[in-house]
Amino acid sequence: MAGPADSALAPARRERSRGAGAAVARLTGGGRGPLAATTALVAALALALVVGYGLHDVAQRAVNGLVSGSYFALGAVGLTLVYGTLRLVNFAHGDLLTFGAYMAFMANVTWGLPLAVAALFALVATAALGVLSERVMWRPMRGRGAGLLQLLLMTLGLAFVIRYGIQMIWGTLPRRLDVDVTASIGFLGLRIGRTELIVVIVGFVVLIAIGVMLRRSSLGRQMRALSDDMSLAEATGIDTDRVVVATWVFAAGLAGLAGVLYTAAIGTMTPNLGFFLLLSLFAAVILGGIGNAYGALAGGLLLGLAQEWSTLLFDPRWKVAVGFAILIAVLIVRPQGLFGRRERTL
Amino acid sequence: MTPVLAVSFDALTSAGFWIGVGVLAGTYAIFTLGLQLNVGFTGIINFGQAGFMAIGAYAMGILVVRAGWSLWAALPAATAIATAAGVLLGLPSLRLRADYFAIVTIAFAEIVRYVAQNARGLTGGNQGLLGFDDEWLDLSDRILGWLPASVQDQFLLPLLIVVWIAVALLTGLLMLLQRSPWGRVLRAIREDEDAARALGKNVLAYKLQSIALAAALGAIAGYFLALNLSFLSPESFEPQFTFIGFTILILGGLASYVGVALGSVIIWTLLEATRFVDLPLAAEKVAALRFVIVGVALIVLVAFRPQGIVGKREEMVLRD
Repeated sequence: MAGPADSALAPARRERSRGAGAAVARLTGGGRGPLAATTALVAALALALVVGYGLHDVAQRAVNGLVSGSYFALGAVGLTLVYGTLRLVNFAHGDLLTFGAYMAFMANVTWGLPLAVAALFALVATAALGVLSERVMWRPMRGRGAGLLQLLLMTLGLAFVIRYGIQMIWGTLPRRLDVDVTASIGFLGLRIGRTELIVVIVGFVVLIAIGVMLRRSSLGRQMRALSDDMSLAEATGIDTDRVVVATWVFAAGLAGLAGVLYTAAIGTMTPNLGFFLLLSLFAAVILGGIGNAYGALAGGLLLGLAQEWSTLLFDPRWKVAVGFAILIAVLIVRPQGLFGRRERTL
Repeated sequence: MTPVLAVSFDALTSAGFWIGVGVLAGTYAIFTLGLQLNVGFTGIINFGQAGFMAIGAYAMGILVVRAGWSLWAALPAATAIATAAGVLLGLPSLRLRADYFAIVTIAFAEIVRYVAQNARGLTGGNQGLLGFDDEWLDLSDRILGWLPASVQDQFLLPLLIVVWIAVALLTGLLMLLQRSPWGRVLRAIREDEDAARALGKNVLAYKLQSIALAAALGAIAGYFLALNLSFLSPESFEPQFTFIGFTILILGGLASYVGVALGSVIIWTLLEATRFVDLPLAAEKVAALRFVIVGVALIVLVAFRPQGIVGKREEMVLRD
């Protein structure tokens, strides 16, 4: 068996010959591995939609999809790393997004700080909350050898405490950040909100930075190694405790940022925003293969596109249900996701 | 200045308060019996119980209001629909690992709620569905007529009586089932699925029966919820109600059917009592406080007393 870091680097290699992705790759000719197959599938889907609905409508929705895809991807990468590293299905992850959004609201509106500073504050505060939860809850429970159900229920309890704690402080009325969500920019006949454009730019810069960090830095490689096989990583001399804390900083910080970006793009926040996003994040994570950081990034973007493109076919109010349908369909047809390995799921 | 925590205990001595708590506790006891069967006795983590409750309640409401059925015919039909939904959900997803199954079931419950919210022609959407309970109200009046004159103003009393008769019957039935060979196979699956399979048991079939039965129990809880509110709306079926169920389950104790009723009474007394704590807070914030309590209770119980009040430590599926 290859070393953990090596196998984490190349999930694509071992998947090449298996499953629906490979079949699609063969059908589309010359595809190599699930990444190529997925690209081909998305391209084919886009082409079919263009034929049916015209280039402009499909492109406009792709732009919208990239906006939501960027905060899905940021939220999903943390969820998948925490799962991979700690085997913790964190039902409180969505509420970390909510926490980030309200921290930004407090800094931006209550204290009157500029939004960029407020976003940074939200990121740091949410990262701190993530580390706190690790120290107070998850590390002691791991030490006691807590089982799956115990951990799941504790993440749910934490989710309730965060969400309804926020509701006790700020109420259920929608809150706004100090941003202009009406101004928009036109290019090539497509429109994108000025704030949405900033969201996409920030989102993609951070996503690329994460990708580089995971691939190039030793901390990033250790995180993926741990996510791949914890005991093997420990055996190779990685300081797992340090990496676990780093994973929480990373996962929660990005969740906080995703919450701010979501609120900036949509315009309003309510205490249940994170819970409503959580299942979309799970869909992105499962689509990409649970535990696979690059998969989560890709899954987030694909989910954003799928949800927006679905509005060509169905009423937009079913958009969110598309995410759930993808989640269930992927788990049934290909539970290891597009880029995952089979033994994780059965 | 008024004190921060002024508690009036007047409410706790009123019969109306306890009847209200009793109806809710009974409804959620039935709801949680399904969770107990799945989680406590079969070892499958069903996070979609609110979805089955919604399917049962809406199927009943739609059959009566839209299709003109009698309530008494709609109840068994709706139970059959919910049971079928359980089989349909379980068939592809019970093969998955436990944590994936938990995610699938919560996604399923959310899809059900989305449909209830958005298929307005059928479910009334957020405006809700009304007018399914005329036949129940007639029966309720008749039951009230048999009761002493002093309780004639307690119009929820008949529902309280019926729901707790149902709790007692269903608890008894489940305990009998659990002692049967069928129940022993379920436990064997919970303890060691591979061993059960090696002995020639069709594990998937047993798990499907467990989830189907839980779905039926969810549906029955849904009828009592519907009759209590005389109104169905999607927000009564949000996923947090499944997790109130889990709090009841853990408080009462895993692998104990009697613990379910006990846990339900304690949780609903606690939750309803927060209405009467005179906090300097708006109503929505008091509502939030209730769920903060649920969250804290869940964390503390799971961390420090995972076997609950009457659960047995050696029967815990919590550590696997």
